[in-house]
Amino acid sequence: MGKTLAQKVWDEHVVRSAEGEPDLLFIDLHLIHEVTSPQAFDGLRLAGRTVRRPDLTLATEDHNVPTIDWDKPIADPVSATQVETLRKNAAEFGVRLHPLGDLDQGIVHVVGPQLGLTQPGMTIVCGDSHTSTHGAFGAIAFGIGTSEVEHVLATQTLPQAKPKTMAVTVNGSLPAGVTAKDLILYLIAQTGTGGGQGYIVEYRGQAIEELSMEGRMTVCNMSIEWGAKAGLIAPDQTTFDYIEGKPEAPTGADWDAAVAHWRTLVTDADASFDKEIVIDAADVTPFVTWGTNPGQGVPLGGNVPTPADFEEEQDRVAAEKALEYMGLEAGTPMRDIKVDTVFVGSCTNGRIEDLRLAASILQGHQVAEGTRLLVVPGSVRVRNQAIEEGLDKIFTAAGAEWRGAGCSMCLGMNPDQLAPQERSASTSNRNFEGRQGKGGRTHLVSVPVAAATAVRGTLSSPADLEA
Amino acid sequence: MEKFTSHTGVAVPLKRSNVDTDQIIPAVYLKRVTRTGFEDGLFAAWRSDPSFVLNRPEYASASVLVAGPDFGTGSSREHAVWALQNYGFKVVISPRFADIFRGNAGKAGLLAAQVDEKVVQKIWDHLEDHPGATVTVDLETRTVKAGEGVDAIEDSFDIDDYTRWRLLEGLDDIGITLGHEDAISSYESTRPSWKPVTLH
Ligand code: SF4
Repeated sequence: MGKTLAQKVWDEHVVRSAEGEPDLLFIDLHLIHEVTSPQAFDGLRLAGRTVRRPDLTLATEDHNVPTIDWDKPIADPVSATQVETLRKNAAEFGVRLHPLGDLDQGIVHVVGPQLGLTQPGMTIVCGDSHTSTHGAFGAIAFGIGTSEVEHVLATQTLPQAKPKTMAVTVNGSLPAGVTAKDLILYLIAQTGTGGGQGYIVEYRGQAIEELSMEGRMTVCNMSIEWGAKAGLIAPDQTTFDYIEGKPEAPTGADWDAAVAHWRTLVTDADASFDKEIVIDAADVTPFVTWGTNPGQGVPLGGNVPTPADFEEEQDRVAAEKALEYMGLEAGTPMRDIKVDTVFVGSCTNGRIEDLRLAASILQGHQVAEGTRLLVVPGSVRVRNQAIEEGLDKIFTAAGAEWRGAGCSMCLGMNPDQLAPQERSASTSNRNFEGRQGKGGRTHLVSVPVAAATAVRGTLSSPADLEA
Repeated sequence: MEKFTSHTGVAVPLKRSNVDTDQIIPAVYLKRVTRTGFEDGLFAAWRSDPSFVLNRPEYASASVLVAGPDFGTGSSREHAVWALQNYGFKVVISPRFADIFRGNAGKAGLLAAQVDEKVVQKIWDHLEDHPGATVTVDLETRTVKAGEGVDAIEDSFDIDDYTRWRLLEGLDDIGITLGHEDAISSYESTRPSWKPVTLH
C-alpha cells in the first residue's frame, strides 16, 4: 500500500525505531526565539553539554520586541532580560541569531521561509505552537516544549510517537474576495477547536492548490487552533517557485537534486488516511469570530449568536461567557460591531502578500475617525520590500501606524497591547481572553476584512466600501 | 543526571493533600531565564507564615518531602520540579502524584515515591515525635525506612520500571538519546548535501 505525504517525510527522518518506544526523529531545522529557549540553554550548561548542530539551528527575536524605537533599549525589564539572555546564549553556543535591527529579524515563522530555510520534506521544530506554519512547504513542522528544545539542541533528534493522519480536501475554488484565512476560520468553526486533535493534517484539493505560499502558510499556521499536531500541503510548482532564489535555497545541481526529491513528496493514490474531511470551497465566505476561541466564528454577514440556540450545554455556557467577556449582545449583526483597533500582522497574516492586499484596499481611503490601524510587517525583509513597493506610503496616507517587525499585538507580551475592553479586529490567530492585552476583545479576521474595517470603523468587507 | 541509588535525609511532613503546582511555585516566580534559583518561589505563599513547617529550624536541611495525596496537580510547569530540587529536595513521598508532575520529576531526577496512605501517616507520626529525623529511600530495593527498633517503619514504594531504571543509571531523556549516538551519526552521514544549513 502507498504512503501519505506525512508518512513519507516521517519515515525519511527515523534515526532509530524500536518496539514499544517512540521513534527517534532527526530534526532538519530548529528555530529558536527568546521566550522558550533560556532554560533549555541553561540545562545544557548545567549538564556540560553543547549544541550538536548549530548549523541546523537559527534564532531570532520576536515575541518581546517593540515595534517602534527598536534602536533604543527595551523598556520592560523581563523582556529585556529574555532578549539579552538569547543573545548571550547564541554567542556562547555558536548559534546564528538575527537580533533586533538585523535584516532577517522578525517572527520566527516568517523568517524561516523568507530565508529559504524552510523546504519540502524537512522536519522543523521550534518552542512555539505556530511552527505548523512551515508545513505549507510539505514539511513536518510542530511546536515543542522547553525540555524538548534542550533535547533537540543536545541531540538534533526528538523521540516522537507517530500521530494519526487526516486529509482535509477542499474541492472547487474559493469565491472571489475569500481568503485562506476565511477558509481556516470556517473549518475550525465547522468542526470545533478540537477537530484536528492528535492528527497530522494534509490539506489538499483544488482550492489548496490554487493558494499562494502565503495563503498556504496561513492555513497551516492555524492548524494549531484546530487542535492538530501539524498541518502540511504537498509541494508543487508554486512551492518550488517560492523557494528558488531565496538566500539559503539550493542552487545549481543541488537545486535539481532537491526538486527531483521534492516531486516525490505527494500522497500516493493508494495511501489511506485515518480520517478524511471534504469541504466545498464555494461554501466559504468572509469569516469573523465573535467569541473567545477561534472556533467561535460566523460569516461576516451573520449575527452574534444566541447562546440558547446551542444544543450542547457546554457550548451554551461557553457562548454566554464569551459574549459577556466580549461585551456583545446576542443577535447583533456582526457588521454593526464597532472596532477600536485594527491589527494587520502576525505569523498568520504578516507577510508581503498580506500587506499588498491591505494596501490595495486602503488606497484612496482614510482610517475611520476613532479607529486606529496598526500595520506590522512579520519581518524586516517584509518591511523593506513593502517600502520598496511604496506600500508604507499608502498605509501612512490612510492614517495607519506603520511599524517595525515582530509579533506585536498578536500577544500581550510587548508594548503593543489592547487596553481593557478595547475591541480589535485582528489578522492574528488567537482570540483568547486577554491574548492581546488584559481585558482586550479580539475579533479574528482576514486581511481584506481588517482593511475595510479600519476604513469604516465597524466590521466590514471591501465590498462595503463601494456601497 | 546523577545516579540515584539510595538517599537518606531529613524529612519534612507536609500535611496537606492536593498540593497543586500553583502552590508549589506561583506563576509570578516563573519569569526566570535559568533552571536554577526557583527555591525562592517554592511554597511561597505558605512560607510567608512563620509557623509553616519548612520555616522551622529542625527542617532547615530537609531533602525528603512527605506529602498527602494528589501532589503536583494543576499546570504542567516544569518549574515545580525545579523549585523543589533547587531548594534541596531529592525525594517526594506521597500516596498519589499527578501524572504530569510525576513525568516531569522523572525527567529531571527528582524521585517521586508513591507509598500507601497508611505509610505516609506512620511517617508523619514518627516525624511528629522526632522532628528533624531522617528517612531513607532505597531505589534499588524500592523501600522507605524511618526510625529504629520496635517503632521502625519499613515499607515498599511504587515507581514505574522505566523511570526507576533511568534514575538508577542517572540517565535523563537526553542521556538516553545520546546513548544512540551511533545511530544519529550514521543517519547524519546519509543526509543529502542539498539540505539547508544556517552556518556556512
Ligand atoms: S506572531 Fe503571534 S502566534 Fe506568531 S509566533 Fe508571534 S506570538 Fe506566536
